[in-house]
Amino acid sequence: MSSQDIPEENLPAEQEHAHGAVSVADEKNPFADPGLPPHEHRIQDIDERAARRSERMVALLFTVSMLATIGFIASYVAIPHDKSIFVFPIGHLSALNFALGLTLGLALFCIGAGAVHWARTLMSDVEIADERHPIEAPADVREKVHADFKQGAKESAIGRRKLIRNTMLGAVALVPLSGVMLLRDLGPLPGTKLRHTMWSKGKLLVNMNTNEPLRPSDVAVGSLTFAKPEGLEEHDENFQTEIAKAALMIVRLQPENIKDKRELEWSHEGIVAYSKICTHVGCPISLYEQQTHHVLCPCHQSTFDLSDGARVIFGPAGHALPQLRIGVNDEGYLEALGDFEEPVGPAFWERG
Amino acid sequence: MKKLSARRRHPLAAVVVLLLALAATGGLYAAFAPAGKAQADEASQSLAIDEGKKLYTVGCASCHGTGGQGTSDGPSLVGVGAAAVDFQVGTGRMPAATSQGAQVPRKKNIYSQAEIDQLAAYIASLGAGPAVPTKEQYGPEGADIAKGGELFRTNCAQCHNFTGKGGALTKGKYAPSLEGVDPKHIYEAMQTGPQNMPSFPDTTMSEQNKKDIIAYLNAVNSDETENPGGLELGGLGPVSEGLFAWIFGLGALIAVAVWVAARTAKAKKS
Amino acid sequence: MSTTTSTESRSRGKAPAGERIADWADGRLGIYSLAKANMRKIFPDHWSFMLGEVCMYSFIIIILTGVYLTLFFHPSMNEVEYHGSYVPLQGQMMSEAFSSTLHISFDVRGGLLIRQIHHWAALIFLAGMFVHMMRVFFTGAFRKPREVNWLFGFLLFVLGMFTGFTGYSLPDDLLSGTGVRFMEGAILSVPIVGTYLSFFLFGGEFPGGDFVARFYSIHILLLPGIMLGLMVAHLILVFYHKHTQFAGPGKTNKNVVGMPLLPVYMAKAGGFFFLVFGVIAVIAAIAQINPIWAMGPYRPDQVSTGAQPDWYMGFAEGLIRFMPGWEVNFWGHTLVLGVFIPLVLFPLVLALIAVYPFIESWITGDKREHHILDRPRNAPTRTAFGVAWITVYMITLVGGGNDLWATHFHLSINAVTWFVRIGFFVGPVIAFIVTKRICLGLQRRDKDKVLHGRETGTIKRLPHGEFIEVHEPLSQEALHTLTAHEQYQPLEIGPTVDENGVERKVKATEKLRAKLSEAYYGEESQIPKPTVEEYKEITSGHGHH
Repeated sequence: MSSQDIPEENLPAEQEHAHGAVSVADEKNPFADPGLPPHEHRIQDIDERAARRSERMVALLFTVSMLATIGFIASYVAIPHDKSIFVFPIGHLSALNFALGLTLGLALFCIGAGAVHWARTLMSDVEIADERHPIEAPADVREKVHADFKQGAKESAIGRRKLIRNTMLGAVALVPLSGVMLLRDLGPLPGTKLRHTMWSKGKLLVNMNTNEPLRPSDVAVGSLTFAKPEGLEEHDENFQTEIAKAALMIVRLQPENIKDKRELEWSHEGIVAYSKICTHVGCPISLYEQQTHHVLCPCHQSTFDLSDGARVIFGPAGHALPQLRIGVNDEGYLEALGDFEEPVGPAFWERG
Repeated sequence: MKKLSARRRHPLAAVVVLLLALAATGGLYAAFAPAGKAQADEASQSLAIDEGKKLYTVGCASCHGTGGQGTSDGPSLVGVGAAAVDFQVGTGRMPAATSQGAQVPRKKNIYSQAEIDQLAAYIASLGAGPAVPTKEQYGPEGADIAKGGELFRTNCAQCHNFTGKGGALTKGKYAPSLEGVDPKHIYEAMQTGPQNMPSFPDTTMSEQNKKDIIAYLNAVNSDETENPGGLELGGLGPVSEGLFAWIFGLGALIAVAVWVAARTAKAKKS
Repeated sequence: MSTTTSTESRSRGKAPAGERIADWADGRLGIYSLAKANMRKIFPDHWSFMLGEVCMYSFIIIILTGVYLTLFFHPSMNEVEYHGSYVPLQGQMMSEAFSSTLHISFDVRGGLLIRQIHHWAALIFLAGMFVHMMRVFFTGAFRKPREVNWLFGFLLFVLGMFTGFTGYSLPDDLLSGTGVRFMEGAILSVPIVGTYLSFFLFGGEFPGGDFVARFYSIHILLLPGIMLGLMVAHLILVFYHKHTQFAGPGKTNKNVVGMPLLPVYMAKAGGFFFLVFGVIAVIAAIAQINPIWAMGPYRPDQVSTGAQPDWYMGFAEGLIRFMPGWEVNFWGHTLVLGVFIPLVLFPLVLALIAVYPFIESWITGDKREHHILDRPRNAPTRTAFGVAWITVYMITLVGGGNDLWATHFHLSINAVTWFVRIGFFVGPVIAFIVTKRICLGLQRRDKDKVLHGRETGTIKRLPHGEFIEVHEPLSQEALHTLTAHEQYQPLEIGPTVDENGVERKVKATEKLRAKLSEAYYGEESQIPKPTVEEYKEITSGHGHH
């Protein structure tokens, strides 16, 4: 893979001219480098009045900056943090944020503008050429370094005493393992946690909105309801982790519209309960279209058909939404008839 | 008191007394005679149904059938209730154009509120359904804005975006923006589930829930809503923020860089 | 300076204070030797050379404002009930991280401004790095000796993406939480170890109570620390290599033409820092960013439509959105290709541009230093490759926002997704071909200009009635600038039989290299630049037309 075998003639010729060489277009080479163009004066270089104007401009900018900083402090002190004002065309906004931002921005911008204007109009604008030197060291330096290194290596005898070298490499290679070990307690082992949710036989389906258990008669055709397992409250310590798996989406279909046999079996009078957690990467999917019975994920547009076992009909999800088997208890409330039969949420290696 | 007694003899005194008496009687009657009022209502109701039927025959029957039973061009309206009519016609979605895209858009309403009420009365007479909500139901009094926010994020934001700016559904359908939508219509939409929107009936989303949601929406998505940080950029999240950062942020900085690096004007050679 | 004079001045105590401090420092730090080489160091002026400065300054702004934010932010996921000044969230349950971010936004005076400066500067930082990287790419500034600095810059871009992502996740709002959930799903898709990685990162099941604190230390310490180191190294190399420059009169590969560091460049660069800071502060005053109060606190069972990451992660988001849902089940295991392939493509697409300099230098076999920048048109294949890469990037970026494109242009989201799916493969090919053609066209025009002069727009009528446009010959400066670029000859494999008639085995890599070289520098891929002979023949001929 070395490029030593590249013939020289394939590479373009180096530019011949040396630094600063000025060559006049001649018969030989009309494309020759004419050298740096002669310096032209700015107005400020020849007209002292123009230079004064520039000076005043720079000073004005710096002064505006000072005033803006004073304005910043004044706004900070004077404007209450909850004051709202209407600014056309932005709309209603926080007066304090607006005032602080504008004054700070102005104070900073004017310092910059002043400095740049100063540099552009009053500092010398004569272009200077600096020589470059090759990054590579000259051959003798290269030789010297190689020789020094070889001598050092020889004196250490690392090449000769293989036992030392090998045990040292071993020790150095092993020692980071301690650091890796220390990471073990970052979290528990997965176990079967991803396979189970809070749902179990007899758990009532509790309406997210009203915090009341649901009855079949509550759920109308075309409606959309979200439910959580009985006993899970928002103030619970593990609420976030449990709801991340247990959230349910409940819709009612006309039983004759349900194409999937198992879906019909697991429903109650056409009421079906599906996991609200997308099987793609776990967004709470719930964009239910009541006429098509499709449900869309707002994150990555996986689309599931709730009338056909929630199978995937579009998008990146790999498998259907898990369905929860539901029934009605003695008091007429909807209840789960067990946990989900498959893991909810995104797929993982051990899912199978 | 003196002045009052002096004016008792005024020629117009009798008229004033008469007006006061009439107003009082009317008020008392209104307060104490609900039975009579209901009778009067019933009469006007049947009148409204008749009027509504006329309007229906002209504007709606070609798609929804002469008796609202539905045709291949439009669904049955039996049992959809007055709320559905008030929403569909009030937001201009109905009557729809004959060839529509993926979904019927909101447009200018062509009926007066009185006509809509008549149409609604007629449709409601075809079969029981949700009634048009009253001001007390969707008004802001007694609403819990924060609870409404939580409900909104659970039930609505997935389609309509976190402050109701709207969003995409499958195959060209979309959840419309809720900006500038009459609270009454929002209430009706939740109740009736227009087009592909699911309904949120009172059995699963209580009246109080709906009131809270409307109050929240009014707090975060109205003309008076404050965006403390400045321009809302459509309220769409990172996509519009990213575009703004590229065009106005980096754009402005490149413009400044061009100024910093540009050559200063040279003195004109004379 | 002679020792006697310096002793004299010291004994008299007349040296100005500044000079005495500098002397003191030099005795201990050796600053004079450092200053000797650098104080009047030359920097060429061009607006595109300041894109790197935009990045550096926005990075400094991010660090300054970030330190301020740490004074008020609580990186904790303990659930609290909110009782601050934002009414629509009163009484809601939320993490301390979220409630402290609300506190910064509504109760700390100027807190909202600093938050907005921090976030806007982050978006601009990443955008700046992207454009800066493209500037370096298209001008060939990555060539020897700057390959290592190219990699440093690339690493800064990648680390910047992850620093941004971890920062975006800290407030624990509904939008960022959705992003973190996506990250968890992506980690779960990794074969064999995915589940374990996820449990270790989140301290158990998602969301758990740990990730904000962990992301916090990554966001404020680990990644920015590495980035700061890389940035310093990047700058040292820029100083050491000296800046590149465009071809022009007086500019050669062995010099650098421009203004000295002191005073002009220092004033301009120093001033530019304030200009950048000022512009970002004004943006933060007028445009709202990431209104977490409107999004609400994160709950794994809630979501808002339009759930996108910040723009620099939009490309990853696009990859995952347009992927079909492939999933393979075997022997009780699941291979989640629908998520894992995008997860692998994400670094691969980025790596493609990162390794490009090494591919090009292998093809050319050029081991010389290059300090004169290429005009993109003069390296058509490289330019076409770059545009193809940007096309892939931009199409996936569009894919990342497919729902918003759909609603705002009244399209079907399914159609947009299909457009992205097809465009991902077809787009770069078309972009490559079109760009190369355009480059060659521009090369031809340059050649015409050199040989026939500039079109003046003046129409002249010749005695026999013919109309011609007068062409004005170019100045020597322009002639030089337009012909200064180098042109390679395609590599040939050479004789496969050596002088003894023994057949040499041609390695497959060698064949590939020759093929690529032909594609880069063959007749189809560059217009031979005008030669002196051509020029003379035309100019000495019968006038120009």
